[in-house]
Amino acid sequence: MLCDDCNEKQAEIHLTSIESEEMTSAHLCVSCAAARGLSAESPSGAEQVPPLVDFLAQLGSAGQPAPAPAPSEPCPFCGTTTSDFRKTGRLGCSQCYVHFESQLRGLLRRIHGSSQHAGKLYLSDASDISDRLGQISAMRRRLKRAIETEDFESAADLRDRIHELETQE
Amino acid sequence: MMRAGPVGERGLDWIRGGEEAEIVLSSRVRVARNLQGFCFPGRSSDEERADVLERVRAAASRSTKLADGHFWDVADLDSVDRDLLVERHQISRDLVNSAGGSQSAFVMSESDSCGIMVNEEDHLRLQALVGGLELYSAWRQVDQLDEEVGSLLPLAYHHQFGFLTACPTNVGTGLRASVLIHIPGLVLTKEITKVLEGISQVGLNYRGLYGEGSEVVGNFFQVSNQTTLGKGEEDLIDHLGRVAGKVIDYERSARARLLSEAPAVLEDKVWRAYGILRTARSLALEEMMNLLSGVRLGVSLKLLKSPRVETLNEILVRGQSAHLEREAGGSLSEQEADVCRAAFVRDKLATDEQDAGSEPADGFNDAKADDGPPSGG
Repeated sequence: MLCDDCNEKQAEIHLTSIESEEMTSAHLCVSCAAARGLSAESPSGAEQVPPLVDFLAQLGSAGQPAPAPAPSEPCPFCGTTTSDFRKTGRLGCSQCYVHFESQLRGLLRRIHGSSQHAGKLYLSDASDISDRLGQISAMRRRLKRAIETEDFESAADLRDRIHELETQE
Repeated sequence: MMRAGPVGERGLDWIRGGEEAEIVLSSRVRVARNLQGFCFPGRSSDEERADVLERVRAAASRSTKLADGHFWDVADLDSVDRDLLVERHQISRDLVNSAGGSQSAFVMSESDSCGIMVNEEDHLRLQALVGGLELYSAWRQVDQLDEEVGSLLPLAYHHQFGFLTACPTNVGTGLRASVLIHIPGLVLTKEITKVLEGISQVGLNYRGLYGEGSEVVGNFFQVSNQTTLGKGEEDLIDHLGRVAGKVIDYERSARARLLSEAPAVLEDKVWRAYGILRTARSLALEEMMNLLSGVRLGVSLKLLKSPRVETLNEILVRGQSAHLEREAGGSLSEQEADVCRAAFVRDKLATDEQDAGSEPADGFNDAKADDGPPSGG
Protein backbone atom coordinates (compact mmCIF):
# COMPACT_ATOMS: atom_id res chain seq x y z
CA MET A 1 0.00 0.00 0.00
CA LEU A 2 1.34 3.43 -0.89
CA CYS A 3 1.33 6.47 1.38
CA ASP A 4 -1.84 8.58 1.11
CA ASP A 5 0.11 11.87 1.17
CA CYS A 6 3.11 11.38 -1.12
CA ASN A 7 1.81 8.35 -3.05
CA GLU A 8 5.39 7.21 -3.48
CA LYS A 9 6.66 5.39 -0.43
CA GLN A 10 5.16 2.37 1.28
CA ALA A 11 2.63 3.29 3.96
CA GLU A 12 3.94 2.05 7.27
CA ILE A 13 1.77 3.95 9.69
CA HIS A 14 -1.95 3.28 9.68
CA LEU A 15 -3.91 5.84 11.57
CA THR A 16 -7.55 5.56 12.51
CA SER A 17 -9.12 8.55 14.16
CA ILE A 18 -12.64 9.31 15.28
CA GLU A 19 -13.80 12.88 15.23
CA SER A 20 -17.38 13.87 15.95
CA GLU A 21 -18.59 10.29 15.35
CA GLU A 22 -16.94 10.07 11.97
CA MET A 23 -14.18 7.54 11.49
CA THR A 24 -11.35 8.34 9.11
CA SER A 25 -8.30 6.31 8.36
CA ALA A 26 -4.99 7.35 6.87
CA HIS A 27 -2.08 5.25 5.62
CA LEU A 28 1.19 7.13 5.71
CA CYS A 29 4.87 6.58 5.17
CA VAL A 30 7.19 7.44 8.02
CA SER A 31 8.29 10.83 6.67
CA CYS A 32 4.79 12.06 5.77
CA ALA A 33 3.59 10.95 9.21
CA ALA A 34 6.37 13.02 10.76
CA ALA A 35 5.36 15.96 8.56
CA ARG A 36 1.86 15.71 10.00
CA GLY A 37 3.40 15.86 13.43
CA LEU A 38 2.85 12.21 14.25
CA SER A 39 5.46 10.13 16.00
CA ALA A 40 7.72 8.38 13.52
CA GLU A 41 8.60 5.63 15.94
CA SER A 42 9.31 2.43 14.07
CA PRO A 43 6.07 0.52 13.79
CA SER A 44 7.91 -2.78 13.77
CA GLY A 45 9.32 -1.84 17.17
CA ALA A 46 5.84 -1.01 18.35
CA GLU A 47 4.54 -4.41 17.33
CA GLN A 48 6.98 -6.14 19.60
CA VAL A 49 5.76 -4.33 22.68
CA PRO A 50 3.73 -6.78 24.74
CA PRO A 51 0.00 -6.03 24.42
CA LEU A 52 -0.40 -5.14 28.07
CA VAL A 53 2.35 -2.50 27.91
CA ASP A 54 0.76 -1.20 24.73
CA PHE A 55 -2.57 -1.02 26.46
CA LEU A 56 -1.12 0.84 29.44
CA ALA A 57 0.67 3.23 27.13
CA GLN A 58 -2.62 4.04 25.45
CA LEU A 59 -4.22 4.72 28.82
CA GLY A 60 -1.42 7.11 29.65
CA SER A 61 -1.76 9.04 26.42
CA ALA A 62 -5.53 9.32 26.34
CA GLY A 63 -6.75 12.09 24.13
CA GLN A 64 -3.82 11.97 21.77
CA PRO A 65 -3.93 10.06 18.50
CA ALA A 66 -2.43 6.60 18.91
CA PRO A 67 0.88 6.39 17.01
CA ALA A 68 0.74 2.65 16.36
CA PRO A 69 -1.77 1.06 13.98
CA ALA A 70 -4.89 0.17 15.88
CA PRO A 71 -4.63 -3.64 15.91
CA SER A 72 -7.97 -5.12 15.04
CA GLU A 73 -9.52 -7.40 17.62
CA PRO A 74 -8.46 -11.05 17.56
CA CYS A 75 -11.02 -13.54 16.25
CA PRO A 76 -13.48 -14.08 19.12
CA PHE A 77 -13.64 -17.81 18.51
CA CYS A 78 -10.03 -18.91 18.05
CA GLY A 79 -8.01 -15.84 19.05
CA THR A 80 -6.18 -15.49 15.72
CA THR A 81 -4.90 -11.95 15.16
CA THR A 82 -4.06 -10.19 11.92
CA SER A 83 -0.38 -10.50 12.78
CA ASP A 84 -0.77 -14.30 13.29
CA PHE A 85 -2.31 -14.42 9.86
CA ARG A 86 0.48 -12.35 8.34
CA LYS A 87 3.05 -14.68 9.88
CA THR A 88 1.52 -18.03 8.92
CA GLY A 89 -0.73 -17.20 5.99
CA ARG A 90 -3.35 -19.39 7.69
CA LEU A 91 -6.62 -18.51 9.36
CA GLY A 92 -7.48 -20.20 12.64
CA CYS A 93 -11.11 -21.19 12.22
CA SER A 94 -14.19 -20.64 10.10
CA GLN A 95 -15.27 -17.68 12.26
CA CYS A 96 -12.11 -15.87 11.14
CA TYR A 97 -13.76 -15.50 7.74
CA VAL A 98 -16.62 -13.60 9.36
CA HIS A 99 -14.43 -11.64 11.73
CA PHE A 100 -11.87 -10.53 9.13
CA GLU A 101 -14.41 -10.43 6.31
CA SER A 102 -13.70 -6.90 5.13
CA GLN A 103 -9.92 -7.40 4.95
CA LEU A 104 -10.30 -10.84 3.40
CA ARG A 105 -12.53 -9.72 0.59
CA GLY A 106 -9.76 -7.62 -0.95
CA LEU A 107 -7.17 -10.33 -0.39
CA LEU A 108 -9.36 -12.98 -2.01
CA ARG A 109 -9.95 -10.74 -5.01
CA ARG A 110 -6.19 -10.39 -5.41
CA ILE A 111 -5.58 -14.13 -5.07
CA HIS A 112 -8.51 -15.49 -7.03
CA GLY A 113 -9.75 -12.55 -9.07
CA SER A 114 -13.07 -12.92 -7.28
CA SER A 115 -14.51 -13.02 -3.81
CA GLN A 116 -17.76 -14.76 -4.65
CA HIS A 117 -18.07 -18.54 -4.50
CA ALA A 118 -19.51 -19.99 -7.71
CA GLY A 119 -19.16 -23.69 -6.98
CA LYS A 120 -21.24 -26.27 -5.16
CA LEU A 121 -23.76 -25.01 -2.64
CA TYR A 122 -23.83 -26.53 0.76
CA LEU A 123 -27.09 -26.64 2.60
CA SER A 124 -26.67 -28.63 5.71
CA ASP A 125 -30.06 -29.71 7.12
CA ALA A 126 -29.57 -27.77 10.29
CA SER A 127 -26.73 -25.53 9.33
CA ASP A 128 -27.51 -22.74 11.78
CA ILE A 129 -28.34 -24.88 14.72
CA SER A 130 -25.52 -27.36 14.34
CA ASP A 131 -23.13 -24.49 13.83
CA ARG A 132 -24.30 -22.99 17.09
CA LEU A 133 -24.19 -26.29 18.93
CA GLY A 134 -20.72 -26.92 17.58
CA GLN A 135 -19.63 -23.48 18.72
CA ILE A 136 -21.09 -24.02 22.16
CA SER A 137 -19.37 -27.35 22.64
CA ALA A 138 -16.07 -25.92 21.42
CA MET A 139 -16.44 -22.97 23.78
CA ARG A 140 -17.18 -25.32 26.67
CA ARG A 141 -13.90 -27.11 26.00
CA ARG A 142 -12.09 -23.78 25.95
CA LEU A 143 -13.83 -22.72 29.14
CA LYS A 144 -12.69 -25.89 30.86
CA ARG A 145 -9.12 -25.25 29.77
CA ALA A 146 -9.30 -21.61 30.83
CA ILE A 147 -10.43 -22.66 34.31
CA GLU A 148 -7.71 -25.29 34.52
CA THR A 149 -5.07 -22.74 33.66
CA GLU A 150 -6.68 -20.18 36.01
CA ASP A 151 -7.25 -17.77 33.13
CA PHE A 152 -10.33 -16.36 34.81
CA GLU A 153 -10.67 -13.36 32.57
CA SER A 154 -11.11 -15.56 29.48
CA ALA A 155 -13.29 -17.93 31.47
CA ALA A 156 -15.71 -15.18 32.41
CA ASP A 157 -15.83 -13.98 28.83
CA LEU A 158 -16.44 -17.50 27.51
CA ARG A 159 -19.15 -18.14 30.09
CA ASP A 160 -20.98 -15.01 28.94
CA ARG A 161 -20.69 -15.95 25.28
CA ILE A 162 -21.91 -19.50 25.90
CA HIS A 163 -24.86 -18.09 27.78
CA GLU A 164 -25.58 -15.71 24.93
CA LEU A 165 -25.54 -18.52 22.35
CA GLU A 166 -27.67 -20.79 24.51
CA THR A 167 -30.35 -18.18 25.01
CA GLN A 168 -30.69 -17.77 21.24
CA GLU A 169 -32.40 -21.16 21.03
CA MET B 1 -16.32 -52.45 8.85
CA MET B 2 -13.34 -50.13 8.79
CA ARG B 3 -9.97 -51.79 9.17
CA ALA B 4 -6.44 -50.68 9.88
CA GLY B 5 -3.79 -53.32 9.22
CA PRO B 6 -0.75 -53.05 6.97
CA VAL B 7 -0.78 -50.82 3.92
CA GLY B 8 0.22 -53.74 1.70
CA GLU B 9 -0.54 -53.19 -1.97
CA ARG B 10 -3.20 -50.53 -1.50
CA GLY B 11 -3.13 -47.21 -3.27
CA LEU B 12 -1.45 -48.54 -6.40
CA ASP B 13 -4.43 -48.84 -8.77
CA TRP B 14 -3.41 -45.73 -10.68
CA ILE B 15 -0.18 -47.27 -12.00
CA ARG B 16 -2.26 -49.36 -14.43
CA GLY B 17 -2.68 -46.16 -16.43
CA GLY B 18 -5.61 -44.73 -18.40
CA GLU B 19 -6.22 -42.28 -21.24
CA GLU B 20 -2.96 -40.89 -22.67
CA ALA B 21 -1.04 -43.06 -20.20
CA GLU B 22 2.23 -42.72 -22.12
CA ILE B 23 2.28 -38.99 -21.49
CA VAL B 24 0.04 -38.51 -18.46
CA LEU B 25 1.03 -40.51 -15.40
CA SER B 26 -1.96 -39.66 -13.22
CA SER B 27 -4.87 -37.31 -12.57
CA ARG B 28 -5.85 -36.19 -9.13
CA VAL B 29 -8.67 -34.14 -7.64
CA ARG B 30 -8.95 -33.08 -4.04
CA VAL B 31 -11.32 -30.82 -2.16
CA ALA B 32 -10.53 -29.23 1.21
CA ARG B 33 -13.30 -29.26 3.83
CA ASN B 34 -13.53 -28.30 7.49
CA LEU B 35 -16.00 -29.15 10.23
CA GLN B 36 -18.17 -26.46 11.77
CA GLY B 37 -17.41 -25.43 15.32
CA PHE B 38 -13.77 -26.49 15.46
CA CYS B 39 -10.60 -24.51 14.99
CA PHE B 40 -8.65 -25.56 11.90
CA PRO B 41 -6.06 -28.27 12.69
CA GLY B 42 -3.13 -25.85 12.79
CA ARG B 43 -4.78 -23.94 15.61
CA SER B 44 -6.48 -26.69 17.55
CA SER B 45 -5.32 -28.60 20.60
CA ASP B 46 -4.62 -32.33 20.56
CA GLU B 47 -8.00 -32.87 22.25
CA GLU B 48 -9.85 -30.99 19.54
CA ARG B 49 -7.96 -32.84 16.82
CA ALA B 50 -8.83 -36.13 18.52
CA ASP B 51 -12.48 -35.08 18.65
CA VAL B 52 -12.47 -34.27 14.93
CA LEU B 53 -10.75 -37.57 14.18
CA GLU B 54 -13.42 -39.54 16.06
CA ARG B 55 -16.24 -37.72 14.30
CA VAL B 56 -14.69 -38.48 10.95
CA ARG B 57 -14.16 -42.10 11.94
CA ALA B 58 -17.83 -42.41 12.90
CA ALA B 59 -18.96 -40.71 9.68
CA ALA B 60 -16.65 -42.85 7.53
CA SER B 61 -18.02 -46.06 8.99
CA ARG B 62 -21.53 -44.92 7.98
CA SER B 63 -20.44 -43.91 4.49
CA THR B 64 -21.25 -46.34 1.68
CA LYS B 65 -18.03 -45.47 -0.11
CA LEU B 66 -15.73 -45.87 2.88
CA ALA B 67 -17.42 -48.29 5.28
CA ASP B 68 -15.61 -51.35 3.90
CA GLY B 69 -12.37 -49.42 3.53
CA HIS B 70 -9.36 -48.68 5.66
CA PHE B 71 -8.81 -46.18 8.44
CA TRP B 72 -5.18 -45.67 9.34
CA ASP B 73 -4.22 -43.49 12.28
CA VAL B 74 -0.95 -42.01 11.08
CA ALA B 75 0.53 -42.44 14.57
CA ASP B 76 -0.13 -46.21 14.35
CA LEU B 77 1.58 -46.67 11.00
CA ASP B 78 5.25 -47.61 11.07
CA SER B 79 7.55 -45.20 9.28
CA VAL B 80 7.94 -47.44 6.22
CA ASP B 81 4.16 -47.73 5.76
CA ARG B 82 3.87 -43.94 5.99
CA ASP B 83 6.55 -43.53 3.35
CA LEU B 84 4.90 -46.16 1.14
CA LEU B 85 1.75 -44.03 1.10
CA VAL B 86 3.75 -40.90 0.32
CA GLU B 87 5.64 -42.65 -2.49
CA ARG B 88 2.31 -43.81 -3.92
CA HIS B 89 1.11 -40.17 -3.91
CA GLN B 90 -1.71 -41.10 -1.52
CA ILE B 91 -0.75 -38.87 1.40
CA SER B 92 1.32 -35.73 1.75
CA ARG B 93 4.47 -35.26 3.79
CA ASP B 94 2.52 -32.60 5.67
CA LEU B 95 0.05 -35.17 6.95
CA VAL B 96 2.90 -37.21 8.44
CA ASN B 97 4.76 -34.17 9.74
CA SER B 98 1.84 -32.29 11.28
CA ALA B 99 2.56 -32.76 14.98
CA GLY B 100 4.36 -36.02 14.18
CA GLY B 101 1.17 -37.41 12.70
CA SER B 102 -0.60 -37.15 16.04
CA GLN B 103 -4.39 -37.27 15.65
CA SER B 104 -4.14 -37.38 11.90
CA ALA B 105 -5.36 -40.20 9.71
CA PHE B 106 -5.80 -41.51 6.21
CA VAL B 107 -9.05 -43.14 5.15
CA MET B 108 -9.16 -45.13 1.96
CA SER B 109 -11.97 -46.69 0.01
CA GLU B 110 -11.62 -50.40 -0.75
CA SER B 111 -13.67 -50.35 -3.93
CA ASP B 112 -12.34 -47.30 -5.75
CA SER B 113 -9.55 -44.78 -5.73
CA CYS B 114 -10.81 -42.16 -3.29
CA GLY B 115 -9.88 -41.37 0.27
CA ILE B 116 -9.61 -38.71 2.95
CA MET B 117 -6.65 -37.18 4.71
CA VAL B 118 -7.80 -36.15 8.19
CA ASN B 119 -6.24 -33.25 10.13
CA GLU B 120 -3.73 -32.20 7.55
CA GLU B 121 -3.86 -28.42 6.94
CA ASP B 122 -7.65 -28.74 6.87
CA HIS B 123 -9.82 -31.20 8.78
CA LEU B 124 -10.62 -33.08 5.59
CA ARG B 125 -8.93 -33.44 2.26
CA LEU B 126 -11.19 -35.60 0.11
CA GLN B 127 -9.25 -36.94 -2.84
CA ALA B 128 -9.12 -39.35 -5.72
CA LEU B 129 -6.10 -40.44 -7.73
CA VAL B 130 -6.49 -42.25 -11.04
CA GLY B 131 -4.13 -43.32 -13.82
CA GLY B 132 -3.80 -41.38 -17.09
CA LEU B 133 -5.71 -38.26 -18.10
CA GLU B 134 -9.06 -38.95 -16.45
CA LEU B 135 -9.86 -35.86 -14.43
CA TYR B 136 -13.62 -36.40 -14.60
CA SER B 137 -13.38 -39.91 -13.27
CA ALA B 138 -11.43 -38.54 -10.27
CA TRP B 139 -13.86 -35.64 -9.88
CA ARG B 140 -16.95 -37.87 -9.88
CA GLN B 141 -15.50 -39.97 -7.08
CA VAL B 142 -14.60 -36.93 -5.01
CA ASP B 143 -17.94 -35.27 -5.68
CA GLN B 144 -19.88 -38.33 -4.50
CA LEU B 145 -17.68 -38.69 -1.45
CA ASP B 146 -18.15 -34.99 -0.70
CA GLU B 147 -21.96 -35.28 -0.93
CA GLU B 148 -21.91 -38.18 1.46
CA VAL B 149 -19.46 -36.68 3.94
CA GLY B 150 -21.32 -33.35 3.83
CA SER B 151 -24.55 -35.06 4.84
CA LEU B 152 -22.87 -36.92 7.71
CA LEU B 153 -20.78 -34.06 9.10
CA PRO B 154 -21.65 -30.34 9.28
CA LEU B 155 -19.10 -28.54 7.11
CA ALA B 156 -17.84 -24.98 7.43
CA TYR B 157 -19.46 -22.98 4.62
CA HIS B 158 -20.01 -19.29 4.00
CA HIS B 159 -22.66 -17.96 1.62
CA GLN B 160 -20.13 -15.72 -0.10
CA PHE B 161 -16.77 -17.44 0.37
CA GLY B 162 -17.98 -21.01 -0.11
CA PHE B 163 -16.19 -23.85 1.69
CA LEU B 164 -13.88 -22.39 4.30
CA THR B 165 -10.25 -23.50 4.50
CA ALA B 166 -7.24 -22.72 6.66
CA CYS B 167 -5.43 -21.09 3.75
CA PRO B 168 -7.33 -18.44 1.76
CA THR B 169 -5.76 -19.81 -1.43
CA ASN B 170 -8.03 -22.87 -1.12
CA VAL B 171 -11.31 -21.24 -0.14
CA GLY B 172 -14.47 -21.49 -2.25
CA THR B 173 -14.55 -24.80 -4.04
CA GLY B 174 -11.56 -26.06 -2.03
CA LEU B 175 -10.70 -27.84 -5.25
CA ARG B 176 -7.27 -28.63 -6.56
CA ALA B 177 -7.14 -30.73 -9.70
CA SER B 178 -3.82 -31.79 -11.14
CA VAL B 179 -2.27 -33.91 -13.84
CA LEU B 180 1.21 -35.39 -13.70
CA ILE B 181 2.54 -35.07 -17.20
CA HIS B 182 5.71 -36.35 -18.88
CA ILE B 183 7.02 -33.88 -21.47
CA PRO B 184 10.63 -34.70 -22.42
CA GLY B 185 10.08 -33.55 -26.01
CA LEU B 186 9.38 -30.00 -24.89
CA VAL B 187 12.41 -30.11 -22.59
CA LEU B 188 14.71 -31.41 -25.36
CA THR B 189 13.50 -28.85 -27.89
CA LYS B 190 13.79 -26.16 -25.18
CA GLU B 191 10.20 -25.11 -25.79
CA ILE B 192 9.41 -25.92 -22.20
CA THR B 193 10.02 -22.38 -20.90
CA LYS B 194 7.44 -21.00 -23.30
CA VAL B 195 4.94 -23.68 -22.41
CA LEU B 196 5.40 -23.17 -18.67
CA GLU B 197 4.98 -19.42 -19.11
CA GLY B 198 1.78 -20.07 -20.99
CA ILE B 199 0.58 -22.35 -18.23
CA SER B 200 1.12 -19.61 -15.64
CA GLN B 201 -0.62 -17.05 -17.81
CA VAL B 202 -3.83 -19.04 -18.07
CA GLY B 203 -4.16 -19.32 -14.30
CA LEU B 204 -2.54 -22.71 -13.80
CA ASN B 205 0.43 -23.74 -11.71
CA TYR B 206 3.22 -26.24 -12.29
CA ARG B 207 5.37 -28.13 -9.84
CA GLY B 208 7.62 -31.16 -9.57
CA LEU B 209 6.77 -34.81 -9.07
CA TYR B 210 5.73 -34.52 -5.41
CA GLY B 211 3.69 -31.34 -5.54
CA GLU B 212 4.31 -28.13 -3.70
CA GLY B 213 7.96 -27.19 -3.34
CA SER B 214 9.25 -30.32 -5.04
CA GLU B 215 11.83 -30.41 -7.79
CA VAL B 216 11.21 -31.37 -11.35
CA VAL B 217 12.73 -34.81 -11.92
CA GLY B 218 12.54 -37.08 -14.91
CA ASN B 219 10.70 -34.46 -17.01
CA PHE B 220 7.54 -34.91 -14.97
CA PHE B 221 5.52 -31.77 -14.31
CA GLN B 222 2.47 -31.51 -12.12
CA VAL B 223 0.04 -28.98 -13.59
CA SER B 224 -2.86 -27.77 -11.45
CA ASN B 225 -5.44 -25.00 -11.10
CA GLN B 226 -4.22 -22.01 -9.14
CA THR B 227 -7.46 -20.38 -8.07
CA THR B 228 -10.36 -22.00 -6.24
CA LEU B 229 -12.86 -19.16 -5.84
CA GLY B 230 -15.14 -17.53 -8.39
CA LYS B 231 -15.48 -20.49 -10.77
CA GLY B 232 -17.44 -23.72 -10.56
CA GLU B 233 -15.72 -27.06 -9.96
CA GLU B 234 -16.37 -28.36 -13.45
CA ASP B 235 -15.18 -25.12 -15.04
CA LEU B 236 -11.90 -25.43 -13.16
CA ILE B 237 -11.53 -29.06 -14.21
CA ASP B 238 -12.54 -28.37 -17.82
CA HIS B 239 -9.98 -25.62 -18.08
CA LEU B 240 -7.18 -27.80 -16.69
CA GLY B 241 -8.20 -30.67 -18.97
CA ARG B 242 -8.19 -28.42 -22.04
CA VAL B 243 -4.79 -26.95 -21.23
CA ALA B 244 -3.39 -30.43 -20.50
CA GLY B 245 -4.69 -31.52 -23.91
CA LYS B 246 -2.89 -28.58 -25.54
CA VAL B 247 0.36 -29.42 -23.75
CA ILE B 248 0.04 -33.01 -24.96
CA ASP B 249 -0.38 -31.74 -28.54
CA TYR B 250 2.70 -29.55 -28.22
CA GLU B 251 4.63 -32.47 -26.75
CA ARG B 252 3.59 -34.72 -29.65
CA SER B 253 4.67 -32.21 -32.25
CA ALA B 254 7.99 -31.64 -30.43
CA ARG B 255 8.56 -35.40 -30.51
CA ALA B 256 7.68 -35.60 -34.19
CA ARG B 257 10.13 -32.83 -34.93
CA LEU B 258 12.90 -34.52 -32.93
CA LEU B 259 12.20 -37.77 -34.74
CA SER B 260 12.42 -36.19 -38.17
CA GLU B 261 15.27 -33.76 -37.50
CA ALA B 262 17.56 -35.76 -35.24
CA PRO B 263 16.49 -39.39 -35.29
CA ALA B 264 19.95 -40.76 -34.53
CA VAL B 265 20.40 -38.51 -31.50
CA LEU B 266 16.96 -39.41 -30.17
CA GLU B 267 17.40 -43.14 -30.72
CA ASP B 268 20.80 -43.06 -29.10
CA LYS B 269 19.39 -41.29 -26.05
CA VAL B 270 16.57 -43.80 -25.69
CA TRP B 271 18.73 -46.89 -26.12
CA ARG B 272 21.45 -45.63 -23.81
CA ALA B 273 18.85 -45.00 -21.12
CA TYR B 274 17.47 -48.50 -21.65
CA GLY B 275 20.95 -50.02 -21.67
CA ILE B 276 21.95 -48.46 -18.38
CA LEU B 277 18.71 -49.37 -16.62
CA ARG B 278 18.91 -52.92 -18.01
CA THR B 279 22.49 -53.50 -16.84
CA ALA B 280 23.47 -51.10 -14.04
CA ARG B 281 24.55 -52.54 -10.68
CA SER B 282 23.88 -49.39 -8.67
CA LEU B 283 21.28 -46.71 -9.36
CA ALA B 284 20.55 -43.53 -7.45
CA LEU B 285 16.88 -42.51 -7.36
CA GLU B 286 17.33 -39.38 -9.44
CA GLU B 287 19.41 -41.19 -12.03
CA MET B 288 16.72 -43.84 -12.30
CA MET B 289 14.01 -41.18 -12.73
CA ASN B 290 15.91 -39.46 -15.50
CA LEU B 291 16.69 -42.69 -17.37
CA LEU B 292 13.08 -43.85 -17.02
CA SER B 293 12.11 -40.64 -18.79
CA GLY B 294 14.25 -41.63 -21.79
CA VAL B 295 12.81 -45.14 -21.86
CA ARG B 296 9.25 -43.85 -21.53
CA LEU B 297 9.85 -41.60 -24.49
CA GLY B 298 11.24 -44.56 -26.45
CA VAL B 299 8.24 -46.75 -25.62
CA SER B 300 5.84 -43.98 -26.52
CA LEU B 301 7.55 -43.48 -29.91
CA LYS B 302 7.67 -47.26 -30.39
CA LEU B 303 11.45 -47.20 -30.62
CA LEU B 304 11.36 -49.86 -27.91
CA LYS B 305 9.00 -52.84 -27.88
CA SER B 306 9.28 -53.33 -24.16
CA PRO B 307 8.76 -52.48 -21.32
CA ARG B 308 5.08 -51.70 -21.06
CA VAL B 309 3.96 -48.29 -19.74
CA GLU B 310 2.48 -49.97 -16.68
CA THR B 311 5.87 -51.50 -15.87
CA LEU B 312 7.48 -48.07 -16.14
CA ASN B 313 4.90 -46.68 -13.70
CA GLU B 314 5.52 -49.58 -11.38
CA ILE B 315 9.29 -49.00 -11.43
CA LEU B 316 8.72 -45.31 -10.77
CA VAL B 317 6.85 -46.18 -7.58
CA ARG B 318 8.52 -49.38 -6.37
CA GLY B 319 12.02 -48.16 -7.16
CA GLN B 320 11.73 -45.61 -4.34
CA SER B 321 13.42 -46.13 -0.99
CA ALA B 322 10.52 -47.19 1.24
CA HIS B 323 9.33 -49.72 -1.34
CA LEU B 324 12.83 -51.18 -1.64
CA GLU B 325 13.10 -51.38 2.15
CA ARG B 326 9.75 -53.12 2.46
CA GLU B 327 10.87 -55.61 -0.21
CA ALA B 328 14.22 -56.16 1.53
CA GLY B 329 12.50 -56.54 4.90
CA GLY B 330 14.73 -54.07 6.71
CA SER B 331 16.27 -50.65 6.53
CA LEU B 332 18.81 -49.93 3.80
CA SER B 333 21.70 -47.51 3.68
CA GLU B 334 21.76 -45.23 0.65
CA GLN B 335 24.37 -47.42 -1.07
CA GLU B 336 22.45 -50.60 -0.31
CA ALA B 337 19.28 -48.98 -1.64
CA ASP B 338 21.05 -48.04 -4.88
CA VAL B 339 22.17 -51.65 -5.35
CA CYS B 340 18.69 -53.03 -4.58
CA ARG B 341 17.15 -50.46 -6.92
CA ALA B 342 19.41 -51.50 -9.81
CA ALA B 343 18.63 -55.20 -9.24
CA PHE B 344 14.89 -54.50 -9.07
CA VAL B 345 14.92 -52.47 -12.29
CA ARG B 346 16.99 -55.08 -14.18
CA ASP B 347 14.60 -57.79 -13.11
CA LYS B 348 11.48 -55.84 -14.13
CA LEU B 349 12.88 -54.96 -17.55
CA ALA B 350 14.03 -58.53 -18.16
CA THR B 351 10.55 -59.88 -17.36
CA ASP B 352 8.94 -57.51 -19.82
CA GLU B 353 11.48 -58.41 -22.49
CA GLN B 354 10.50 -62.05 -22.10
CA ASP B 355 6.80 -61.20 -22.17
CA ALA B 356 7.36 -59.25 -25.38
CA GLY B 357 8.59 -62.54 -26.86
CA SER B 358 12.00 -61.43 -28.01
CA GLU B 359 14.78 -58.99 -27.42
CA PRO B 360 13.44 -55.45 -27.37
CA ALA B 361 14.33 -55.26 -31.03
CA ASP B 362 14.85 -51.95 -32.69
CA GLY B 363 11.28 -51.35 -33.70
CA PHE B 364 11.94 -48.09 -35.44
CA ASN B 365 11.00 -49.39 -38.88
CA ASP B 366 8.53 -52.13 -38.25
CA ALA B 367 6.73 -51.48 -34.99
CA LYS B 368 4.54 -48.55 -35.98
CA ALA B 369 1.65 -50.85 -36.78
CA ASP B 370 2.16 -52.77 -33.57
CA ASP B 371 -0.48 -51.25 -31.34
CA GLY B 372 -0.98 -52.04 -27.71
CA PRO B 373 1.30 -53.77 -25.25
CA PRO B 374 2.87 -57.11 -26.11
CA SER B 375 0.72 -59.96 -24.85
CA GLY B 376 1.86 -61.83 -21.78
CA GLY B 377 3.42 -65.29 -22.20
